[in-house]
Amino acid sequence: MTIAGKYEVVIGLEVHAQLQTASKLFSGDSASFGASPNTHISPITMGHPGVLPRTNRKAIEYAVKMGLACHCEIEEDNYFARKNYFYPDLPKGYQVTQHTTPVCKGGYVTINTPTGKKNIQLNRIHLEEDAGKSIHDLDENYTCIDLNRAGVPLIEIVTEPVLQSSEEAWQYVTVLRKLVKWIGVCDGNMEEGSLRCDANISIRLQGEKKLGTRVEVKNLNSIRNVKKAIDYEVERMIAIVESGGTIIQQTRSFDAGNDTTFALRDKEEANDYRYFADPDLPPFHLTKDFIKTMQVSLPSLPEQLATQYQQEFGLSEYDAAQLCDEKATADYFESVTHFCKNYKAVANWMLGPIREYLNGNNFSFDQLSLHPEVLAELIKLVEEGQLNFSVASSRILPSLINGKRSPLQVAEEMDLLQVSDSTELEIWVNEAIRSMPDKVAEYKKGKKNLIGLFVGEVKKISKGKADPRSVKTLLEQKLDENTII
Amino acid sequence: MFSFSSIQDYHVFLTGNPNGCVTAVGHYLSVIEEKKHLNAFLEIFANDALQQASALDVQRATGKPLGKLHGVVIALKDNLSYKGHKVSASSRMLEGFISIYNATAVEKLLAEGAIIIGRTNCDEFAMGSSSENSAFGPVKNGLDETRVPGGSSGGSAVAVQMGMCMVSLGSDTGGSVRQPADLCGVVGLKPTYGRISRYGLIAYASSFDHIGVFANTVDDAALVLESISGPDEFDSTVSQKPVPNYLAQKEKGKKYRIAYFKETIDHSRLDKEISTQIKSFIDVLKADGHTVEPVDFDLIEYVVPTYYVLTTAEASSNLSRFDGVKYGYQSSVKTTDLTEWYKQTRSEGFGKEVKRRILLGTFVLSAGYYDAYFTKAQQIRHILVDKAKEVFSNYDAIISPTVPTTAFLLNEKAKKDPIEILLADIYTVFANLTGIPGISIPLFKHSNGLPFGLQVLTEHFNEEGLINLSREMTKLKQ
Amino acid sequence: MELTDEMIDDLAHLARLRFSGEERISVKKDLQKMISFVEKLQEIDTTGVKPLLHMSDTVNILREDEVQGSISREDALLNAPVKDEQFFMVPKVIKK
Repeated sequence: MTIAGKYEVVIGLEVHAQLQTASKLFSGDSASFGASPNTHISPITMGHPGVLPRTNRKAIEYAVKMGLACHCEIEEDNYFARKNYFYPDLPKGYQVTQHTTPVCKGGYVTINTPTGKKNIQLNRIHLEEDAGKSIHDLDENYTCIDLNRAGVPLIEIVTEPVLQSSEEAWQYVTVLRKLVKWIGVCDGNMEEGSLRCDANISIRLQGEKKLGTRVEVKNLNSIRNVKKAIDYEVERMIAIVESGGTIIQQTRSFDAGNDTTFALRDKEEANDYRYFADPDLPPFHLTKDFIKTMQVSLPSLPEQLATQYQQEFGLSEYDAAQLCDEKATADYFESVTHFCKNYKAVANWMLGPIREYLNGNNFSFDQLSLHPEVLAELIKLVEEGQLNFSVASSRILPSLINGKRSPLQVAEEMDLLQVSDSTELEIWVNEAIRSMPDKVAEYKKGKKNLIGLFVGEVKKISKGKADPRSVKTLLEQKLDENTII
Repeated sequence: MFSFSSIQDYHVFLTGNPNGCVTAVGHYLSVIEEKKHLNAFLEIFANDALQQASALDVQRATGKPLGKLHGVVIALKDNLSYKGHKVSASSRMLEGFISIYNATAVEKLLAEGAIIIGRTNCDEFAMGSSSENSAFGPVKNGLDETRVPGGSSGGSAVAVQMGMCMVSLGSDTGGSVRQPADLCGVVGLKPTYGRISRYGLIAYASSFDHIGVFANTVDDAALVLESISGPDEFDSTVSQKPVPNYLAQKEKGKKYRIAYFKETIDHSRLDKEISTQIKSFIDVLKADGHTVEPVDFDLIEYVVPTYYVLTTAEASSNLSRFDGVKYGYQSSVKTTDLTEWYKQTRSEGFGKEVKRRILLGTFVLSAGYYDAYFTKAQQIRHILVDKAKEVFSNYDAIISPTVPTTAFLLNEKAKKDPIEILLADIYTVFANLTGIPGISIPLFKHSNGLPFGLQVLTEHFNEEGLINLSREMTKLKQ
Repeated sequence: MELTDEMIDDLAHLARLRFSGEERISVKKDLQKMISFVEKLQEIDTTGVKPLLHMSDTVNILREDEVQGSISREDALLNAPVKDEQFFMVPKVIKK
């Protein structure tokens, strides 16, 4: 057995997701990202003497939605607690969070593993406020504090220690990220810090029941880094144990520069947070009716929807999954289906030329300026043979995006409508045949695959307007006949 | 020669005096100057006050409708946020700090036409009962300058006592309005928890803090209370209940059912004369047709420790924001270690009493002691709240002494056991533990020449009963 | 409950306070007295009593998700002891 094979890895993940509310959790400052430092700010955010918090209703709604999407039990009697510690970007000297009454308990998130689907059990999801940002590299002697982020609403999603590999962790964060975006509670943007991950990692001998000493690795800000950090840690821990040492319980940070982790603080300095119910915030009770309303307002989740697409629209598993990758994609797809029943074609267009266009511009489907009805019309024109796919996707489509004209108008303007009228076609076909007598001879001798060459020539002569199908039929007719033109 | 007796009389004066507000302010500014040795004020907003007064005189001339507190000259305790003005909680920690928003109570005062004349001295961060814990020197009792005015709102009490303003605001977390009112011989009112928004009151203990009112008469206190009470979008704990007309005469001729805790009137720490006088007054009440009965309160010895566990715990958290990062004092000792930097700043910025209470609060919340002290105290608080409900199901009011003694000497407490000092709060903390409204009315004079009051308590949101009964009692004593 | 020097140091550290010399001795004495004083609470039987967590009976005091109430950066930095045009500043936090 390999050294690595001697051990099993136990991982628990804590993911912090910033909720996409307009304002902060306890004050009316904007919660959006990217503003100039210290401008999304108020006396409340700064913890000025005498200020008091007021809870944002929407943040609670989003937290409950996430809990329902993760099959959690929703806590009806909630209150907030203060977590007391000192840090320059924590203005009040305490963070308002939920300690004994997380708004969501239990639940699970399903991931795909090589051996099939696995449910990752959750311990809880709770609401809390984000801290500000400490920037260490702007000044030699000072750390700069930006409080824009202080007070932004977060949900903390905590798994049970049931992840067994960095690969599973990768899968889990990927699925979680997709889910929060899907239900519209978080934009899942890890580079901007909307989604952050802390990993609790320990190792133990195969078959051992007791959990090993665990190490926390904080602030992993990309899915790749989650995997890398875990890989590094596991290797580090195994090396320690193999050499007879003991693993120290500590908090570490990930150095993205060289894919390693380094210690931040040891257990000895672990904080006593002295949690107590925040007296400035009355409890919030969630009624069964409210929870039901939240449940009803949830869209079908990606997996369910993909299955539905396969059943209802006859799509392949792959296409359905692709369309359900992002909510905006699925939404767009469904809106096109109101105007076009050739579902496969819609999928092809969306996952082919349109996606290519979007990728090129770094857009997603909710930023696409192409009315579903317009796309439907374009598809119909191709179906009817008035346009060929290649012309439609490469020449017509770009003009339709952000444009105001219909596909038919554009095609006419650009003179790209295909001709299947036999008189015109015959002229072009005859010309093509006349221009390549040696190829005609070869074709008659048996090289039937030269038909493509002739079709291409007709295409050129007709400047793309000849309908390839009709052309091919006519060509075959003429070439097979023993008529000389 | 300007003189003040009540807001009502003042408003009559104003109708005949087009420059009445400016005259009033001028008068108070000179009294303040005369009495500055009492150290009741930390800062006078002379220019602002005169400007406000001018504008109000003009407003009155135009015949426009006037606010309830039109032209009323009021002082604010140094823990109320007044935009554009300094506030320091009488602490080095906030020396030079300028408020960038108005407390809701202050907004309401200004909206009703009040004139804010200055900020008053107090115990640092409202922690204390003598106003000797201020970083800017103690406040002296105007009736005997060798004595304390009480605390923590000593400055606000003396300001009214000595005619340096008409009414003032203080804060009451364990008795800090009622106790100095008692020792200074003025009216001190603490309403129900949640009656007045706490937004802008520098927090000491969030579930115990109340803004309170000092006045010469119950009616004046009632009017101010009415003006600053009510719902507020900035305070999640404020009550949504509508604010009644507290000034109106209600329950006329009503005979009240009044209780007193046996253990309070005969307490070993209570000055004998105070006990005797109050007992005589109980007879007066009975003779007037009111029912006055003793009720058991075997938990009396536990109210002060319960209060101290809970308030210091909340305070230890509320005061964590004072770290020298966003505002406030920052140590000039150079260090590049963050932890040392925090310790330096906070140890230099806070006074001794504040640091002691933060430490005790940290202790009762810390792992291993939390259940035995903090949770325990929260459970006892629950029992006390139930006890209050029980008493008020049978009685309209509870009366007691406000303070066990009359005003004690300055520097006396330094010689005392710290616990002895805490125990002087024994009569007042009950109202903060339970949130019920209370008032101290200056009914009595001790043979030592000093005043003392009677504390009246009623059930939650029955300020009307409190005010009316207090009026009755005041009349009876006259 | 006996208060040790170590406990005083731990508590002071948690509260980011520092005591030395005379002050430390005095604080320890006072704190010991205060702790012994509040020990009294153990005398009461509180079995089955729920701790009181909130003083008012208000519940569900929630605000709509609207952006409002922000102030300018200038006002925000007005009282900051150490700052530049954009940030609050503190001595370097992480020493690598």
